Amino acid sequence: MTALLEVRGISKSYPGGVQANADVSFTVEPGEIHALLGENGAGKSTLVKIIYGLVHPDAGEMRLAGAPYHPQGPVDARRAGVTMVFQHFSLFEALTVAENISLGMEKPLRTSELASRIRKVSEDYGLALDPFRLVGDLSVGERQRVEIVRCLLQDPRLLIMDEPTSVLTPGEVAPLFATLRRLAAEGCAILYISHKLDEIRALCDRATVLRAGRVVASCTPRAETARSLAEMMIGERLVEPPDHRFEPGESRLSVRNLDLPADHPHGTTLSNITFDLRAGEVLGIAGIAGNGQEELFAVLSGERRTAPDTILIGRRPAGRLGPNARRRLGLLAAPEERLGHAAAPDLTLAENAFLAGRVRRGLDRHGFLRFGRIEAFARDIIRAFDVRTPGTDAKARALSGGNLQKFIIGREMLQEPSVLVVNQPTWGVDARAAAAIRRALRELAGRGAAVLVISQDLDELVEISDTLAVLAGGRLSPQRPAQALGAEEIGRMMGGGFASDRREPADAAS
Amino acid sequence: MLRLEPRIRPSALVELATPAIAVLATILAGLVLFAALGKDPVEAVRIIFLDPLFDPYSRSEILIKSCPLILIALGLSFGFRAGIWNIGAEGQYVMGALAGGTVALAFHGAGGPWLLPLMALAGAIGGCAYALIPAFLKVRFNANEILVSLMLVYVAGLFLVAMVSGPLRNPQGFAFPESRIFDEAARLPTFGDTRVHIGIAVALLAVFVAHVVLHRHVFGYAVRLSGAAPRAAAFAGIDRNRMIYACLGLSGALAGLAGLFEVAGPIGQLQTSLPVGYGFTAIIVAFLGRLSPIGILFAGLVMGLTYIGGETAQFLLRLPAAAISVFQGMLLFFLLAFDLLTRYRITRTRSGPA
Repeated sequence: MTALLEVRGISKSYPGGVQANADVSFTVEPGEIHALLGENGAGKSTLVKIIYGLVHPDAGEMRLAGAPYHPQGPVDARRAGVTMVFQHFSLFEALTVAENISLGMEKPLRTSELASRIRKVSEDYGLALDPFRLVGDLSVGERQRVEIVRCLLQDPRLLIMDEPTSVLTPGEVAPLFATLRRLAAEGCAILYISHKLDEIRALCDRATVLRAGRVVASCTPRAETARSLAEMMIGERLVEPPDHRFEPGESRLSVRNLDLPADHPHGTTLSNITFDLRAGEVLGIAGIAGNGQEELFAVLSGERRTAPDTILIGRRPAGRLGPNARRRLGLLAAPEERLGHAAAPDLTLAENAFLAGRVRRGLDRHGFLRFGRIEAFARDIIRAFDVRTPGTDAKARALSGGNLQKFIIGREMLQEPSVLVVNQPTWGVDARAAAAIRRALRELAGRGAAVLVISQDLDELVEISDTLAVLAGGRLSPQRPAQALGAEEIGRMMGGGFASDRREPADAAS
Repeated sequence: MLRLEPRIRPSALVELATPAIAVLATILAGLVLFAALGKDPVEAVRIIFLDPLFDPYSRSEILIKSCPLILIALGLSFGFRAGIWNIGAEGQYVMGALAGGTVALAFHGAGGPWLLPLMALAGAIGGCAYALIPAFLKVRFNANEILVSLMLVYVAGLFLVAMVSGPLRNPQGFAFPESRIFDEAARLPTFGDTRVHIGIAVALLAVFVAHVVLHRHVFGYAVRLSGAAPRAAAFAGIDRNRMIYACLGLSGALAGLAGLFEVAGPIGQLQTSLPVGYGFTAIIVAFLGRLSPIGILFAGLVMGLTYIGGETAQFLLRLPAAAISVFQGMLLFFLLAFDLLTRYRITRTRSGPA
C-alpha cells in the first residue's frame, strides 16, 4: 500500500550556515505511530515545521497518500489532513474551551453544535473535557486535551505531537497514550517527537533517528533498549554515571516553615516549605512547571527575600540576605533560564563569568574590574567543563544551549559552593552534555557539598538524587529516600496527594 | 504586506556608522526642507554645517553650546542603558541653576575662591534632588518615571519664574524678572579672551570618568547588565531600586551642574529665559553618541554645530527658528530609523498570517 507521508531528500539550511536538515528521507504508514528521535539541534523541529508548512524546504519533495504535498502554510497542511499539537499551547485563558477551538476553525460552527461535537470527540477518545469551562481553570493536561480535540475535529490523517508528555504528570501520560493508540487503530498516523526513550519504546511502532540534520538510523523501538536508542542518537557509547552512596553530614541548608506570596498574577504562593539539605546530599525536587519552582529558586538564591529565620545557610539566618551575601556564605545557584537570567545574552563569557563570580573569586578591587582574573576564571570554566566556544570574548548568545549550560554550571561549581541550588540543570541540553552535568553535580556532592536539584525530568532526579521531594501547588512533600520511591507514588505526589495535614488538597492546589 | 524581520547578523560596521549615515540623511532632507522654504539649499547647508567650523568665534561658541549637551547626555546615557528613562533633564538643569545661583546671590559681595566649587556642589545637589523625586515615586509607587520627570520640567520652569520674580529678583533691576548679575567671584573663569569657560574642561573630564566607570567599574557593569538582562541583574545581586536612585540621581546631578555652568558662565544671572531645551536635545545627543561617553562627546559637538550654524542661518537667510528644531528632530528620527534597519530588514509576506 502507499505510504501516508513520504519525505524525500528534504534539505533546509538557515541563513548563517546552519544546516538543519540534510537529505532527509523517511515514510510514515497509515495508522502508524512513528517516533522522530534526536538530540536538541538534530533537526527534528525544522523537519516537522516543514511537514506542517511553517518552514519551506530548500530542496526535496513530500507526498501525502501518493499525491505531491507542498504546503505553503499551516492552513494548507490542515486542509490536507495534517495537524500538529505544539509543546507550547496557543490558548486564551479568558475564553472557554469551545471558544478557543472555534477560533482556530476556518468555518466556525454555532456554539451548541460545536459543543456537542467537542463532547462527542472527547468521549470517543477518552479525553474528558467540558466545552464550557474557561481554559484558565484547566490543568496543563486538560489544556493539552483541548489542543488534541481541536486537531481531531479536523479528521486528521496525520497528527504531529511535539514532546507531548514533557508537561504531563506520570498519571496523565497513560490516558494520553491510550488515546493515541486508539487514533492509530482507526488509521490516523502519528508523528511523535520525544527524547524520553522509555516512552518511545512503549508507544511507537517505528522510529527515525536524526543526528546533525541527517537520518542516521531507522529502527523498531521495541526491539531496542533505551541505551541503544540513546547511543544511536548521539553516535557514541554512553558513559555510566558513577555509583553513589549517600553519607549525610551536617545540615548545610535548612528551610523552616517558609511562606512566600506570589509576586505576579500567574505566580505560585509557597506555603509552609520545610526541608533539610545536608553535606554530601543531592536533594531532588520534582514537580510540574508552575508549581512554585521559580519562586522556590528565587527565595533560595536571594532574589526574593523572606523572614531571616526561615532560611539557614549552615547555622546563619539568611532569609533577608541578597544573592551576593548568600554567595559569601557559600550558597550558589544556577537558574533555569539560561539567556536572560543565568547569563546576559549580549555580554561576553568573561563578563558573564564576572556576573556570578565577583564576590567569591575576588574579581574586583575597590569596585574596579580585574580583567586578568576575570579572563582566567572564564578560561578555567571553559577548560574544566569542555565548553565549545571561540573564546572568552564570545557573546553568551552565540553559544549553543548545551555549551552555555555547561558554562553556567561550571561557573558556579568552580567556586566550590557549600550549597548549590540548580533549576532544570539539563533542560534543552543534549544527551552528552546532560550526562556531563549530572556527573559533575554528583561529584560535587561527593566532595561534601550539598546540592539541590529542581527538575521536571523524573528519570534525571531518580538517577542523581539521594532524597526526593515533590513540589505541588506551592507545597513541598516530605523528603524521602529516592531509591524507595516508585514512579506511581511520585506521580500521586505531583498531583498534591501528599497532604497529610487537614487542609483540603483542592484548596492547596488552587 | 510588509513586515520587519530580525537580521541574523547585524553588521557591526554599519551599526557603528549609523550616526554618520543619519547625519548625512539629515543634511539631504535639510536640502529638501530649505528648498521648500524658498532658500538656496546648498548655501543653507554650507552655512549651518561648514562655515562655523572655519570661524574661530563660531568654533568657541560651538564648545559653549556643547558643554551642557555633553554633560547632560552623559548622565542620561547611564539611565538609558539601564532602562531608566529620565526625560526631565531640562527641569533638573533649571533646578541646578537655581540652587547654585542662589548660593552665588547669597554671597553677593562676599565671594572668594571657595565660592565657585560651592556653587557647583549646590547645582549638582539641586539637580540630583529634583531627579530623585521621580526615582522615589517609581520605587515607592511604581510611578512611570518618564511621565513624572517630564511633568516636573514644567514645575521647574514655573518655579524659576516665581523665584526670579520674587525672592531672587534684582533689587536694582526695575522689577524685571531676573536676578542680580553674579559677582566676578561667582563667574566661571574663561580661556583667553573667548567666552569658552572652564565648564568645557569639566565636561571633558566627565567624559573620561564616565568612560572608565562604564567599562571598568562595577557600577558601569551593573548599568550595562541591568539594561541587557534585568533578571540576570537581579541574579547578580544588583538591587533594582538602588539602580533607579543611582541613575536618576546621577543624571540629575550632571544636568544640575550643566545648568549652574550656564548661569555662572555665558549668562551670568538667573533669568526666565534659562530653559532653552538643552535637556531635551541632550536625549538626541545621548542616542546619537550610541550611549557611549566618547560617542556623546562627538555627538555633543555636532549638535552644538547645528545650534550655531542654525543661528547664523536664521539671520543670514531669515530661516525660521523652528527650522532648526525640525532639523534636530530629523536627526533623531533618521538615527532611530537607520538603527531599526540595521537590526531588522523589511520583507514582503506572500500569504496571510502563519
